[in-house]
Amino acid sequence: MLLRSPRFATEPAPPFELKGSLFTLTVLHLFQLDRDAIERHLARKVKQAPSFFNNTPVVIDLEDLAEPPANNPDGMNFDGLYELLRGHGMAPVGVRNGSPELQAVARRAGLPLLPDSRSTGATRKPERSEPAPIRSRIVNHPVRSGQQVYAPDGDLIVLGTVSAGAEVIADGNIHIYGALRGRALAGVKGDVESRIFCQSLEAELISIAGRYRISEQINLDPADRGKAMQVHLADDRLIIDHLMR
Amino acid sequence: MATVIVVTSGKGGVGKTTTSASFATGLAQRGYRTVVIDFDVGLRNLDLIMGCERRVVYDFINIINGEANLNQALIRDKRVENLHILPASQTRDKEALTKEGVERVLNELRQNFEYIVCDSPAGIERGALMALYFADEALVVTNPEVSSVRDSDRILGILASRSRRAEQGEAPVKEHLVLARYAPERADRGDMLSVEDVLEILGIPLLGVIPESPTVLQSSNAGVPVVLEDGSDAGAAYGDLVDRFLGKNLPHRFITTQKKGFLKRLFGGG
Repeated sequence: MLLRSPRFATEPAPPFELKGSLFTLTVLHLFQLDRDAIERHLARKVKQAPSFFNNTPVVIDLEDLAEPPANNPDGMNFDGLYELLRGHGMAPVGVRNGSPELQAVARRAGLPLLPDSRSTGATRKPERSEPAPIRSRIVNHPVRSGQQVYAPDGDLIVLGTVSAGAEVIADGNIHIYGALRGRALAGVKGDVESRIFCQSLEAELISIAGRYRISEQINLDPADRGKAMQVHLADDRLIIDHLMR
Repeated sequence: MATVIVVTSGKGGVGKTTTSASFATGLAQRGYRTVVIDFDVGLRNLDLIMGCERRVVYDFINIINGEANLNQALIRDKRVENLHILPASQTRDKEALTKEGVERVLNELRQNFEYIVCDSPAGIERGALMALYFADEALVVTNPEVSSVRDSDRILGILASRSRRAEQGEAPVKEHLVLARYAPERADRGDMLSVEDVLEILGIPLLGVIPESPTVLQSSNAGVPVVLEDGSDAGAAYGDLVDRFLGKNLPHRFITTQKKGFLKRLFGGG
């Protein structure tokens, strides 16, 4: 017993109901309209897998079909093709693609036109969303005492010096095209591969992924003052190295 | 179009007011209509250095609050034509400086003056921020000493980020370095930072080096801007500084140790 709202209680039950459904259909991609060739090929296929051709519904795809000559006496019409396919255990249910002329012929033969799967929004593959490029933050001025600059998600590039009392922070690498006299913290979200590069290492503090050294512990060879240096992590230890070997 | 110039430093006692007084006086001496404003509300000093403390009736805060008009508060300098002083209030504090009030006074001064020199208080609080907020150019005064240089670096950062020009994305405030109280022989000995050291740290163009000189103290006690003391090193250095600001290309003096001649060594002095 179906539960119905009172409003519909007095109406007679409808004779049918329309509902959408999805089916998996075999598609026959037709390349040419040579009746003999089609028949030969069909016979072979049926021989290979007779159980498959048992009133199997098929859709005829006309996209790759070469246009038949305008007045080909032996040219095949869809009536002929329909009978041929039926004769080999296939049930054509419709056509898709093809030129408007071919589609008109198909309609006259009683074959409905199925929508081109590629042109319907529902079945079109969603555009693959490229991951947003990771942006470096570029600072065009010196970072002065008391200033703090942070580059989330990427590298920080400073075109100038980082003064004593200034702080530069990045989730990625830090590149300083000047002297580093303040604090530099690279890989603050834990990226142990991140590095610090600078034109002269006079830092108050350097840190990579949380491992840090303060000025006292940096112990730079006085001869290396004013030289381009890099700081990286190896076996959980901060390594200070020349930029150019 | 008037130019607003802030004289600032971060640290106190490095020579901001001395520089403001001499810089403004030098500009006026060269014929430019100039006004110098004391932003050090509560610690009024500029009037003393300028020697006009006995003529203060109304002050900067009175104008901001609408208790007097500009003509009543501006003090005309008696020695140099084209020079006016706007003194600070001694009885109020920096909170009396409102952005709207300062802007209104500056806009009114722009009508009548070519150069508006703002003498900033020390520190990085409201008084200093208000003094630099509307600046077009900045004289950053520093001494050859690490703490002074670091504080100047801090002020340069604030100029680059919190001035009106920075906030509105206009051309940045033009920065000039004034290195005051410089003693070349002590820099040579390594007792103080050298000109090169300071320039390397701060990285802004050097406008002038003012040598350490007893004349600065004497003239400030006498209420005479040191730039008016032509014969002194410091006075001459300030004169050069003003000329350089106005576009003259002059070599820097007083930055190298002077070889004492035989007679000077014999009789001392120098």
